[in-house]
Amino acid sequence: MLSIEHLSVEVDDKRILNDVNMKINEGETHALFGPNGSGKSSLLFTIAGVPRYKVTAGKIYYKNKDITDAPMDERAKLGIGILFQHPPVIRGVKLRDMVRISLESRGRKVTDADINELAKKLNLENFLDRDANLGFSGGEIKRSELLQLLGQRPDFVMLDEPDSGVDLVNIGLVGRTINELLEKEKKIIERTKSGLIITHFGNILDFVKADRAYVMMKGHVLCQGNSVELLEDIRKNGYGECMACAKR
Amino acid sequence: MREEITRRARAAKDKTPAYGNDVDLNAFAQQVPAREKITSLAELSQGVKERALGVGVDASMKDRSGSFFQHDQSVVFSASTIEGLELMDINDALKKYEWLEEYFFKVVQPDQDKFTAYGAMHPFSGYFIRALPGAKIVFPLQACMYIGREGMIQNVHNILIAEEGSELHVITGCTTDTHVQKGLHIGVTEFYVKDNAKLTYTMVHNWGPDVVVRPRSATRLGKNAVYMSNYVSMTKVRDVQMYPSCVMEGENGVARFNTVVYAPPESHLDLGGKAILKAKGCKAEIIARTIAKDGGYVASRGLIQGDAPGVKAHLECRGLLLGKGGVIYAVPELIGSLPGVDLSHEAAVGKIAEEEIQYLMARGVDADTATALIVRGFLDVDVRGLPPQLQAEMKRTIALGEKSMM
Repeated sequence: MLSIEHLSVEVDDKRILNDVNMKINEGETHALFGPNGSGKSSLLFTIAGVPRYKVTAGKIYYKNKDITDAPMDERAKLGIGILFQHPPVIRGVKLRDMVRISLESRGRKVTDADINELAKKLNLENFLDRDANLGFSGGEIKRSELLQLLGQRPDFVMLDEPDSGVDLVNIGLVGRTINELLEKEKKIIERTKSGLIITHFGNILDFVKADRAYVMMKGHVLCQGNSVELLEDIRKNGYGECMACAKR
Repeated sequence: MREEITRRARAAKDKTPAYGNDVDLNAFAQQVPAREKITSLAELSQGVKERALGVGVDASMKDRSGSFFQHDQSVVFSASTIEGLELMDINDALKKYEWLEEYFFKVVQPDQDKFTAYGAMHPFSGYFIRALPGAKIVFPLQACMYIGREGMIQNVHNILIAEEGSELHVITGCTTDTHVQKGLHIGVTEFYVKDNAKLTYTMVHNWGPDVVVRPRSATRLGKNAVYMSNYVSMTKVRDVQMYPSCVMEGENGVARFNTVVYAPPESHLDLGGKAILKAKGCKAEIIARTIAKDGGYVASRGLIQGDAPGVKAHLECRGLLLGKGGVIYAVPELIGSLPGVDLSHEAAVGKIAEEEIQYLMARGVDADTATALIVRGFLDVDVRGLPPQLQAEMKRTIALGEKSMM
């Protein structure tokens, strides 16, 4: 599904990703660990095609197509979706509008009833006619982002800290929705959706199973392996050990 | 009384206006031939009808409580279709009602500047609109100010009275013939919204490209009265300057000004709203959404003065710059003269944040569509309290303007 080869990226002439390699097959979900500022979100933004993130070396292949230079909207239309950790407030553009364009981007015809139905799933009916992200709480932002992704139905789902700021009541709903997006209810062999989840503390992985995980440090992918084992290790030892490892 | 008005006007005939560019009144034709009266707006030529429709004045007169049409300097049509609503030529009304002198040049001063002075010293036309006590007029009344001659001065004086407990919705569309490039519109409008009454006034402009516009309007608001003023202008116009005010004299009055304008290159707009809250419990909101593109210029002013305990008011000037070389000058002013007033403002001028465009692009729309959606959202002001026909009219006009921006 997604293959990243020797990817290096700069923002404002500052190197932020170094020789990153990653391969995510159809039906797989991978997790990305790492301390703040390690380059996790930068990697997601680069895959999404945010122009500020300039690829200086390497390639990104999606469904065997080189998308390294493709514009953001084209990537979205091809089926790449992203849950933003800090989406901007857009005054006057309603959440309903965001859901509508998400649905339409994959060539669907949309009615208001479709949007209402989808919003019900995330308890967001009362938010549809509010300005996108204006005054939304942490948990509401996650649900609003997921609602847009439910509309978009991406084949490759990127989730930037879907568990941050979400209370215990809502984390189950967030987890269930992500599982729905990733077709976790289906047998492994039948799954066609793939995911890449950034998580700082790993809470979401109690709800969404990841096949594999990476640890990022200072723009490098330091190690990769079984997500449960890596997370256990990080929970026990923090990133201190990773930092020591990075120095070796 | 008239002599006094004329005397004051004469003294101010060369008085430079406080805001906006000065205008040479001699550069325009002061006398134009009269137009013949018509018995229905259906008699207007197709071209005139279309221009009028563009500013919300529907010649079919469907779903309207009354219609008024001023062609150049002549009132060619004026009729109310509803009991409790008076609508007539201001000159007829001044002849019919002696008491109307008490409302003539009372909230607008004849010596405010050379434009009001001109208005007071020269023959004028315009409308008199009055909702009788307790009359709830659900359908909007439509009025059109139409300039059909190149280079003329249209001199207007309007008086609107919403008597106690009445409700009235007015849409005024101002436009020019397609062949008219240049002209000057001077419009004195005096509003009186009495106790427990509600008046909404929606003004849509679509002038010729070289027209100069100087509305001079003011409102006096009674107890528990509501006044809402909406202004929309989305096309090229040489120069508009206005700074309407609302003096809130009765307790618990509510005033709201909405301004939605687009200044394309070579348009100079100097606009604003003033609310003077003089009685306990009054509330006011002044909201402006302005866009300047390339060489367009907008001054977006606002003034709130709180002179009574427990008043609350908010001023919001948001400006968006598209392209290069446009200027938006936001001037929010607050004056609180007592403890216990609650006045606030926010002003923001800038271009669309890249981050916002990218957020929409991440959902699969291209950069142009994303920009258009954000602009539409930016211009989407809250017009609750307007009848559905007028809400639709505002949205339609704004949507047409959006298309021309992109």
